Amino acid sequence: MKLTVNGEAHEVAATTLAELLAALDYEGDWLATAVNSDLVHKANRAEFQLSDGDRIEILSPMQGG
Amino acid sequence: MFDLLGTTLASRLLLGTAQYPSPAILADAVKASGTSVVTVSLRREMAGGRAGEQFWSLIRSLGVRILPNTAGCHSVKEAVTTAKMAREVFGTSWIKLEVIGNHDTLQPDVFGLVESARILCEDGFAVFPYTTDDLVVAERLLEAGCEILMPWCAPIGSALGPVNITALRSMRGHFPGVPLIVDAGLGRPSHAATVMELGFDAVLLNTAVSKAADPVGMARAFGKAVEAGREAFSSGMLEPRDVAVPSTPTIGRAVFS
Repeated sequence: MKLTVNGEAHEVAATTLAELLAALDYEGDWLATAVNSDLVHKANRAEFQLSDGDRIEILSPMQGG
Repeated sequence: MFDLLGTTLASRLLLGTAQYPSPAILADAVKASGTSVVTVSLRREMAGGRAGEQFWSLIRSLGVRILPNTAGCHSVKEAVTTAKMAREVFGTSWIKLEVIGNHDTLQPDVFGLVESARILCEDGFAVFPYTTDDLVVAERLLEAGCEILMPWCAPIGSALGPVNITALRSMRGHFPGVPLIVDAGLGRPSHAATVMELGFDAVLLNTAVSKAADPVGMARAFGKAVEAGREAFSSGMLEPRDVAVPSTPTIGRAVFS
């Protein structure tokens, strides 16, 4: 499946958002995820089915003004 | 002490966490400023990265309240989704809502701002809108559910200080019961003192401290200026006069000629 993760193209075997995070070595409870511009809650990642062409954003706390 | 949306804060200075020379200097500046609230953001994390975790653990160790922002968002959708992601990560419904309308001036897209504010207020957020000093926009934001307003006093990062005192004074006069925080454009402690003397409830700044030669010293200076400005406002300042008035009593003056 072809996905765009944080702006970069990826081809992955993962079918759920949780599997994708594990496959790309993302871990930690400080991450926030969105698929196709909508928030996917941490609790829903395991059941969230990805589709070809999905755009995923994985964000974490950063300095801000 | 300062009551903000039901939370009692020790300081009327809100401080940004970006652009400090090092995490240690950021931590020292936060302490020196006396601030009770710091702003933070969300950015893309690298695969396997822990940058976000390190920053987050530093911020939590400071024992201050967190005000996440939607900096860099240019559309309603971006701002709303970023706010929801921030609520999940930071565990607060406070959000500094930025919807940027112009790349050069970083001035808010006030139309997108009002629309985003309405969506987020209905969803239970406490929205701190980064807005202009326009009174009609301010009215719309209050109608949308905002209980606080954060007008700029000059473009973000410009250090110009209050460029339109008349507009700020007018805003304070129009919204006597609404907490007003001057956000963006402050360059010097005297700028902060000036807007606090006008009766603004607080100030939010970042670059003026983080880009100073000594951010810790500047953080302390801003903390004092904010306190001084507030106390001056509360104490009733003398109005300017066109003629001199002797301060030393003239009665009982000696006559030598």
